[in-house]
Amino acid sequence: MSREAAIDYSPRRKPWESMQDERAPKGRKKLESTLNNLPQSKLRRTRAVFTLLLLVTSVASAQDWIRTGTGLGVDKVRLAAADFKAATQDGKNTDLLKTFNDTLASDLDNAGIFDMVSKSFHPLNIPGQPTELNARDWNAPPPNASMLAFGNLGVTGDKVQVQGWLYDVKSTTTAPQVLGKQYNDNATADAVRVIAHKFADEIIFRLGGGIAGIAESRIYFVSDRSGHKEIWVMDYDGANQHAVTHLGTIALSPRVSPDGSRVAFSANTKTGWDITMYSVELNRMVAFPHFGGMNFSPSWSPDGSKLAISSSRNGYPNIFSMDASGGNLKRLTSGQGPDISPTWNRKTGAQLAFVSGRTGLPQIYTMEADGTNVQRLTDQGYAVSPNWAPNGQFLTFSWMRKYGPGEPGSNDLYLMDIASKQWVQLTHDAGRNDSPCWSPDGRHIVFQSHRTGTDQIFSMLADGTNVKQLTFSGNNSQPNWTWK
Amino acid sequence: MKRWTFLVFIFGLLLFVAACTKKVAPPPPPPPPAPTAPTASLSANPNTVDKGQATTLTWQTTNATDVSIDGIGTVEANGSRSVTPADSTTYRLVAKGAGGTQDATARVTVNAPPPPPPPPPSLTEQQLFAQNVKDIYFDYDKADIRADQQAPLQANAQFLQQHPNIHITIEGHCDERGSTEYNLALGTNRADTVKNALVQAGVSGDRIKTISFGKEKPFCTEANDTCWQQNRRGHFVYEQ
Repeated sequence: MSREAAIDYSPRRKPWESMQDERAPKGRKKLESTLNNLPQSKLRRTRAVFTLLLLVTSVASAQDWIRTGTGLGVDKVRLAAADFKAATQDGKNTDLLKTFNDTLASDLDNAGIFDMVSKSFHPLNIPGQPTELNARDWNAPPPNASMLAFGNLGVTGDKVQVQGWLYDVKSTTTAPQVLGKQYNDNATADAVRVIAHKFADEIIFRLGGGIAGIAESRIYFVSDRSGHKEIWVMDYDGANQHAVTHLGTIALSPRVSPDGSRVAFSANTKTGWDITMYSVELNRMVAFPHFGGMNFSPSWSPDGSKLAISSSRNGYPNIFSMDASGGNLKRLTSGQGPDISPTWNRKTGAQLAFVSGRTGLPQIYTMEADGTNVQRLTDQGYAVSPNWAPNGQFLTFSWMRKYGPGEPGSNDLYLMDIASKQWVQLTHDAGRNDSPCWSPDGRHIVFQSHRTGTDQIFSMLADGTNVKQLTFSGNNSQPNWTWK
Repeated sequence: MKRWTFLVFIFGLLLFVAACTKKVAPPPPPPPPAPTAPTASLSANPNTVDKGQATTLTWQTTNATDVSIDGIGTVEANGSRSVTPADSTTYRLVAKGAGGTQDATARVTVNAPPPPPPPPPSLTEQQLFAQNVKDIYFDYDKADIRADQQAPLQANAQFLQQHPNIHITIEGHCDERGSTEYNLALGTNRADTVKNALVQAGVSGDRIKTISFGKEKPFCTEANDTCWQQNRRGHFVYEQ
């Protein structure tokens, strides 16, 4: 009897979406080797259909399915994003329109849930207002769109106004408008970029099953381009990169709080390493207790009330939890470890995953939030840098499955279902990949990779596709995505 | 009246004449012959010496009954004496006799001693530390002390016991492979293990601080086994 254990994270079904629920062949190993041996084009198609299907054969030939939320077995919405038109005669319109249109297209493409209509298929008549819209131009071949985003942008004086609509161009009902928005701000490229992000997120939310878009999210990371490793921040698409700390020492492991108001990190001091707290609102460090010894890798519980760290204040590095203010320090692991890199269950806050070298090479473990019930997840190799998925069910981490002296040294990123310990490899033979971190929509992973010869930050969809390089200068590492 | 004045005048004239006429006294007796004045001479040979060296004073006197030299005392009329003045001195001889006193001097110049030779240079404590204390190296992904590192570790402990005022920091380092965070933790363990071994060997723990640098402060940057081994170490740092 087959039993489906599907964690269905796919978008809410709309009438135009058809359900394709194909089953993969039996056997994880067969699936693995199939995926690994396919030529690239076939691989992509297989991936587009299965995306993240993991199959476990049990004794009773039951089939468990694990899906993540990147358009599995479901046709992606075919969306056209028309270039917005100029609403006024102002000379600033041209540049701002380019910024807006590029940003909007990029945000919608990044979302990972749309089949974007290529702009070369757009008709010549582009509407700037609903009254100008001729749905037949869009819903027929070549564009063949289901949804259309369009609108206008106009500068008056030093202010800009943007009007945007999302229309269902295949609808036969009388209310094809899904979304209509108007934005006003200063006529600057930065403001226009933010408007594009906001509008994209509105579209993604409505067409993406109620999951908020990430176009306004940010990524904190470590960069040495000032000469010292400091904490930096950038927009989720790599724009707007700038330094947050100027400590002139070594600052590592930034972790932003769930409400976005604080960034905890570890900083090298004269006597060791301290957990240091930066306030985003105040734009400076705020007081945080010193624990003695070496203190690393802070991690926030999903309700923002607790922090977990690795501390050697008792001798060897163990995992501790504490209140977000630094009080009530509790030791969770014991022994020589070394134990490091805790990450909370992002959905429940009731468990932690962490790294321990207690058996030799580092492996990944989980435990309850009080330190009991320690379970080992990885069985071999060198496994580090776990990050818990927003849906609470997956971990992503960095793993070299065969590791030791003389090995070429390739860490790849993996995705594991915690309950079943089944995993999928996300990167392949592309240098050292480490520090993966989930996006708030659960559809993307940001990570660091040495594939270009220096450490740089990349993002990708959670199935390993659509890899994009975000940083280019200096050495950049340990990215951490905001929670919204 | 006139007659009195004339008589007084004549009387005074007579007195005057009488006084002007010398009386011829009898010649004085001849003086007895005077005694001869003493003579004296004094010399020093050599008259320039280095400090601590002796010189010979030589003197001669005549017609003296009492001869003395400053700093020596009464001496015979003629003689010599060896002296070792501490500083430059002018010796004075006084010869007294019936005919008077005569002194003579001789100057002896004493040269400052040559400077003592400088003592042979001795190493500072920090230089001794650098010469004698060796870093401890680790195997890949390990924080325990390798067999071939036991001897240098014990030698380090001995040195620290012989120099009880020295304080140290042990830094734990890792090679460039592997993860930033895990290497920070492994480096912590490496530093702790070295400290514990020293404490076991009798070095007081409050002289030893530990810190980890993971792979953040490498000693070399090549991607090969030699450099990787160089970076896997517990590094000893001398603290003031």
